[in-house]
Amino acid sequence: MLTRQRGSAVRRPSRYGNDETQVHWCGLLMENLCLNLEKRVTTAATYGSGVTYGRPGGIPGTARAPGVQGRPHRSMTQSVVVQVGQCGNQIGCCFWDLALREHAAVNQKGIYDEAISSFFRNVDTRVVGDGGSISKGKICSLKARAVLIDMEEGVVNEILQGPLRDVFDSKQLITDISGSGNNWAVGHKVFGNLYQEQILEKLRKSAEHCDCLQCFFIIHSMGGGTGSGLGTFLLKVLEDEFPEVYRFVTSVYPSDEDDVITSPYNSILAMKELNEHADCVLPIDNQSLFDIISKIDLMVNSGRLGTTIKPKSLITSSAGASKKQQKPFDAMNNIVANLLLNLTSSARFEGSLNMDLNEISMNLVPFPQLHYLVSSLTPLYTLADVNIPPRRLDQMFSDAFSKDHQLIRADPKHSLYLACALMVRGNVQISDLRRNIERLKPSLQFVSWNQEGWKTSLCSVPPVGHSHSLLALANNTCVKPTFMELRERFMRLYKKKAHLHHYLQIEGMEESSFTEALSSLSALIQEYNRLDATKSMPVEDLPRLSVAM
Amino acid sequence: MSIVTLQLGQCGNQIGLEVFDALFSDAHYPQGLCSKRENEAYQASCKERFFSEQENGVQIARAVLVDMEPKVINQTLSKAARSGQWKYGQHSCFCQKQGSGNNWAYGYSVHGPRHEESIMNLIQKEVEKCDSLSGFFIIMSMAGGTGSGLGAFVTQNLQDQYSNSLKMNQIIWPYGTGEVIVQNYNSILTLSHLYRSSDALLVHENDAVHKICAKLMNIKQISFSDINQVLAHQLGNVFQPTYSMEGSFHYRRNPLGDLMENLVPHPEFKMLGVRNIPQMSENSLAYSTFTWAGLLKHLRQMLISNAKMEEGIDWQVRPPVTGHPTLGKMSLSKELHFNTSIANLVILRGKGVRSVDLGGFKDPALYTSWLEPDNAFSVWKTQRAFNKYEKSAALVSNSQFLVKPLDMIVGKAWNMFASKAYIHQYTKFGIEEEDFLDSFTLLEQVIASYCNL
Repeated sequence: MLTRQRGSAVRRPSRYGNDETQVHWCGLLMENLCLNLEKRVTTAATYGSGVTYGRPGGIPGTARAPGVQGRPHRSMTQSVVVQVGQCGNQIGCCFWDLALREHAAVNQKGIYDEAISSFFRNVDTRVVGDGGSISKGKICSLKARAVLIDMEEGVVNEILQGPLRDVFDSKQLITDISGSGNNWAVGHKVFGNLYQEQILEKLRKSAEHCDCLQCFFIIHSMGGGTGSGLGTFLLKVLEDEFPEVYRFVTSVYPSDEDDVITSPYNSILAMKELNEHADCVLPIDNQSLFDIISKIDLMVNSGRLGTTIKPKSLITSSAGASKKQQKPFDAMNNIVANLLLNLTSSARFEGSLNMDLNEISMNLVPFPQLHYLVSSLTPLYTLADVNIPPRRLDQMFSDAFSKDHQLIRADPKHSLYLACALMVRGNVQISDLRRNIERLKPSLQFVSWNQEGWKTSLCSVPPVGHSHSLLALANNTCVKPTFMELRERFMRLYKKKAHLHHYLQIEGMEESSFTEALSSLSALIQEYNRLDATKSMPVEDLPRLSVAM
Repeated sequence: MSIVTLQLGQCGNQIGLEVFDALFSDAHYPQGLCSKRENEAYQASCKERFFSEQENGVQIARAVLVDMEPKVINQTLSKAARSGQWKYGQHSCFCQKQGSGNNWAYGYSVHGPRHEESIMNLIQKEVEKCDSLSGFFIIMSMAGGTGSGLGAFVTQNLQDQYSNSLKMNQIIWPYGTGEVIVQNYNSILTLSHLYRSSDALLVHENDAVHKICAKLMNIKQISFSDINQVLAHQLGNVFQPTYSMEGSFHYRRNPLGDLMENLVPHPEFKMLGVRNIPQMSENSLAYSTFTWAGLLKHLRQMLISNAKMEEGIDWQVRPPVTGHPTLGKMSLSKELHFNTSIANLVILRGKGVRSVDLGGFKDPALYTSWLEPDNAFSVWKTQRAFNKYEKSAALVSNSQFLVKPLDMIVGKAWNMFASKAYIHQYTKFGIEEEDFLDSFTLLEQVIASYCNL
């Protein structure tokens, strides 16, 4: 079975060598990518589908706009990605790759604009030291707003030798050589204490480079040692140091056939930290990603649709790769990377109904602890025919609610919605959105006090290779089974005290760490139970305040 | 006299742009179906109200643009510049980096006090450009965070600093569902605060305008831009110049003051709705002819049956027989069939306005018992045709138009409030449960007052 923990030795093929791409910043990106771009630039004159990706508003930041009072230039917010552990770094790597591709497709003039600035710094590499940041003008060299943390060297080294090496510099990295041995306690307690200062320093540095830091995106897995332990340690550090900055966590949950025997321990210890210190958690599970990929493969290979699917439009595809799929993890990681791109698209690009990152938690988190959001991405592929009749557009909305498009194994349709966000990109108008909400509403169940719990956004820039796309985020009790399953697996080990000594021998770990984590999870499950119990109750209006006339 | 417009938040800025565009292009439409002299007077009057002039002759909107994130303002400025017709002022916008995140409390308690000085300075500069100031339009949605929260804060400040000028909030009423999840909370906080600081709330319902786009304009794929254009058309229909009095050729100097005087006789009642007729796509317009009698018959029935557009009017609804005051008093539990008015203003534009019979609007049965129709009804006219419509009529009404939507919003917010959902997001920024309860109390009072007309 697939697993992403240690030992599976997933290698990321370097794929910039021979495929065609859509990068247009020729020489500029070349500095970044250090590759034989010329060859590809000559072949990259067409942009795939005939969809135009131009920004309608012209180039921001130029003299056109009168100045903001007392501000040298106006810019929007930035985010910093913190990728922890093997899984976190692999997903992170895919994310940066796709983020570059997306901005290259949208920003054809190679001007460092506000949209790019949200994830990238523009650096003059000739300047030694820290003073090389350039706030406007041509793109010189882009540096990811990222901190890479791993307690072994393999994956990070691979990134540093790979095509993305110039997007990061050594000041952004923290590595060790010994690894966390699939032990949450080693990651959290041992490495946490050991690296706290270093982590803090790198985070502060990354924050200093931002004009207005809005959000940290933490990417990690729950089952191993480093991502799970150190990743959640970091969450607390962020909360203390940057209380105003949002913490959005992408957490990869282990599948039940996971080969890391201690993954239930690690996951449940990590869950307590997520409960307490995250603003939003986007749970992902490997099995769902794998199922999605199998489904796409089936469709591509069935021959029925295979000839008409644009290879670049697959949400699993990397930078316009025309060759056969790479390793399964790349495809899976690309799905998660696309999730993050779509999640932030409305904050980065223009649209008729914007949705900033702070609106996500405001609308989708009715109670502080209930911050687990189930996500789905549609369409999985786009047919080569770009003239989409409404039927196919509507299919995109229907699919977003179906069981087999969710990024964790969950069935939102048969559970209870607390809130739902639809983030649409591309050529879709408000009337399309409203029609589909009206159409789908009857088949979905919402909690009594939030019968119309819909949040929507329209971003005019579609993902590369698509004419439109949808990210649905559901705060739904359907996450509960994942948590319950995890608790069962935890209990099976814990009853026998299996492997417990590996944890208890770590300084700072006690039996109570386990019982507290368990009761934290149980309390969360209880909350979902309480909500589920209201499902069958009729919705009625409560008596209102009466006023004397 | 001039009106200074404040565009707040994404919605306020997008609509503001369409409003100025509609005002300018109507004023400069060569075929106003009137004499050249009259057309020039109309243009001059429109300019005095809404535009100032740069040395090079380019007209500048009397507007201040405020948003807490830069994207929409950038877009708005460049769209205006691209029109090549009119512009926004060089130093008339204020934006920040991070929006209010749909949180009324953040807009009101954080952004408001933090940027009070800068925003009020910009407004002052715009006011100083006016020879005389009639008042303010504040265009804002009540669903989000910036328009609603900051809008409420700024309106309060205007009340303090410009107590002699009139403040009319152009409120964009959210769709019943599907925009912002916390929209009902944001709405009740907005409305209750504006009720204390604004002179009148002119409400534009997204649902209603959306329907107009679908049914009357025949637009298949409706965009926000379509909706905003219809809304701008309605606003222009009300606030473009009209004659100061029957028989005069002089244009009204102080439309905002006259409107308030006519429509807001009591501070408990300041929710105004707008209707207009005809409304159709440009293609159909070319093949249509209208009579004033027909238009006004429809407009009157739209008023008494509370229809949002000319299609689907319920013709069964009749005014209560006079002498039966009980019929006028209807509780919400019963269907509100007949729409009782406090005051109405009809605006007529186009050929033959002088001879129009408006008797139907002067029926005492239309109005609450404590106002005489002579005081409750007024009419503005101009022979100048509006926005390519040979004849057009608009109605601004202070009536039970908004009781139902308001009751819906308060009801939904109350249900959510009972579960305490999302409250933590507001207390984080200093808006406590007590503040919510104050808002609920005030709005329940407003609903009850309108119901008992």
